[in-house]
Amino acid sequence: MDIRVQPATFDPGAEANAFTAASRGSGAVVTFTGIVRDTEAGTLRHLEIEHYPGMTASSIKAIAGEAVARWSLDAVLVIHRHGALAPGEAIMMVATAARHRAGAFAAADFLMDYLKSRAPFWKKEVRTDGADWVDAKAEDEAALSRW
Amino acid sequence: MTVDLLYFAWVRERIGLPRERVDTDAATVGELITELAAREERYALAFSDLSALRVAVDQELSSLDAPLTGVREIAVFPPMTGG
Repeated sequence: MDIRVQPATFDPGAEANAFTAASRGSGAVVTFTGIVRDTEAGTLRHLEIEHYPGMTASSIKAIAGEAVARWSLDAVLVIHRHGALAPGEAIMMVATAARHRAGAFAAADFLMDYLKSRAPFWKKEVRTDGADWVDAKAEDEAALSRW
Repeated sequence: MTVDLLYFAWVRERIGLPRERVDTDAATVGELITELAAREERYALAFSDLSALRVAVDQELSSLDAPLTGVREIAVFPPMTGG
């Protein structure tokens, strides 16, 4: 289990390659990369991501541990950034490795749903016309009931 | 008892502090929040809608009815928006 919470940029392609290279016994690797999306009007200066340092890594470990147990994952990687991130930058990445693709896909989907609503991160949109905290979406909370 | 309180996102901005140490006789997290809300306007503003708040007790997600006995750190924040 590789969990990283960091302000620094990362290279999703290089991470995916390294993760895959280390997963020789696995038949399936699924990766997901979350990107900072600009507003429709193109006004986003950056996304400010705040987190709870004492709790972030431990809560992600707990979520990832559940995914490993539930889908018998061979490996799991979670990278989540914090700080100021410009449109187009990678915010986070999840990778799962399993014997078969169904488990790798389901575990990645599960991890994303839980990271959205249960990992202590908060996003603030800093735009050319103001700044606002991003509200949690009811559908993100509802998505947890799928699991 | 003395507890460390941590605030994040707009809760932190409304209160104007990232963390503080408080003395309280409150029995639960909810009682402590009510006590603070009665103390000053900025707390009342941050804690006006309890349904918009989430809490962690000693770095584990918890609820407003969690007892304070033996607790060292409480964090108050809006619903999380990770991913």
